[in-house]
Amino acid sequence: MSDLVRSGSFTVLIIRVENPADPEFESRLAEHVSRNPGFFANAPVVLDIKGCEALATVDEFEKLRALLRRQYLIPIGIQNGNATQVRAAANAGMASFAAAGPPRQAESPPQAEPEPAAAPQAAAPPVAAGRTRVVTQPVRSGTQIYAKGGDVLVLAAVSPGAEVIADGHVHIYGALRGRAIAGASGDREARIFVGKLEAELLSVAGHYLVSEAIPTELRGQPVQVALVEDKLVVTRT
Amino acid sequence: MAKVITITSGKGGVGKTTTSAAFATGLAQRGHKTVVIDFDVGLRNLDLIMGVERRVVFDFINVINGDANLNQALIRDKRVDKLYIFPTSQTRDKDALKKDGVLRVMDELRNTFDYIICDSPAGIEHGAITALYHADAAVIVTNPEVSSVRDSDRILGMLASKSRRAERGEAPVEEYLLLTRYSPDRVEKGEMLSISDVQEILSVPLIGVIPESESVLKASNTGTPVILDQDSAAGRAYEDAVARFMGEQREMRFVRAERRGFLRALFGRA
Repeated sequence: MSDLVRSGSFTVLIIRVENPADPEFESRLAEHVSRNPGFFANAPVVLDIKGCEALATVDEFEKLRALLRRQYLIPIGIQNGNATQVRAAANAGMASFAAAGPPRQAESPPQAEPEPAAAPQAAAPPVAAGRTRVVTQPVRSGTQIYAKGGDVLVLAAVSPGAEVIADGHVHIYGALRGRAIAGASGDREARIFVGKLEAELLSVAGHYLVSEAIPTELRGQPVQVALVEDKLVVTRT
Repeated sequence: MAKVITITSGKGGVGKTTTSAAFATGLAQRGHKTVVIDFDVGLRNLDLIMGVERRVVFDFINVINGDANLNQALIRDKRVDKLYIFPTSQTRDKDALKKDGVLRVMDELRNTFDYIICDSPAGIEHGAITALYHADAAVIVTNPEVSSVRDSDRILGMLASKSRRAERGEAPVEEYLLLTRYSPDRVEKGEMLSISDVQEILSVPLIGVIPESESVLKASNTGTPVILDQDSAAGRAYEDAVARFMGEQREMRFVRAERRGFLRALFGRA
């Protein structure tokens, strides 16, 4: 490799596109983006078009690109396209990425009794997945930690007014007095593990629970938080 | 090479200037050539607390702008040998703290002094960030009260990310907690956060606890750093804090609620 061309690995969001003409698609996308606009602003995205019957022409790709730009997203390529789609995408200036890894295991929702934390099947993106980010110092008020593409591990306390965010799981071995946001890119299987729960807010894949809504008997306890059918469930570990 | 100690807090009115004055005086009393600098451009108070307000000719901003040199601006303390005060401008504001100008002044001071105390303004904007930028050590002044603790936590975050040491990946700024306006009686009644409450939230080594004391107001009014007041509990506590900073072991005084006997309650003073 020279200094002109070299190798790089990036973590990129994948957007599932089944029917780009469906108005539901744009409204669902808009809703998703509106939950965390800063994060999605000008983010590069890969379009998973498996099973999509459209997108065989350059024009359709241009329309789709315009739609995505309305949400401030930048499409850089497609995934799981057939030969015609791949050609059209290339002519429209979008690359084709290799197919994603094995599909995520469907897990049964956690029961009321604590269960051992299941090893997560992270959605394998076409490029290298993020390593677990480890934070050893207290996360001070006003600080925001974002582990893109992976998990985060915090070995000290998280102060009120601080935010710990991950696309994967959030593990906090100390006290959580601020906010923990797991599955920031939409991974519903992501969980939050806390050594001492005093959180201001908990969130998994956009669904959240404020401090007031957390059952009082769990305050100060070690807990895990998971998303079960659109509701956050907090259980003692 | 001098050690730069920034006295900061985030929250206003918790005792930064009182602490800067006491600390600088304490260090100079121990024989170290010390300068205390006012970074609160536009709202200067250090000169008042040090009792030199009638001797200010040139200030920090004058030196940054090249209107005067350091020797013309530095004021020598009349009570304590080796103690110097570097006042700031009252007519300008924090925008006058140009980064390269401050750097130049700090480098010059580092060559002549043993300790440089930076009295930070409140807040987390340019003035406060400039004051903590050059720190080798920081004393985070905190009242045992929820807003103050929250703001101190914020400023700790800034020290870890916005200081020169953080920018260069050098050894981190030494952090010390100083609890001020502490009232053991109120803590016992459950009205005030205790030392351990604050330490649990901030997780920073405690360098001292300064009791609530009327002598602090008296000190400000007379322009005499409270550490020079022999009868003051706060003054004694500051002395202990300086000693701990220098590595001595001192037991925490003034942290236990007094058991007031009948006669004490009748004749006793605060």
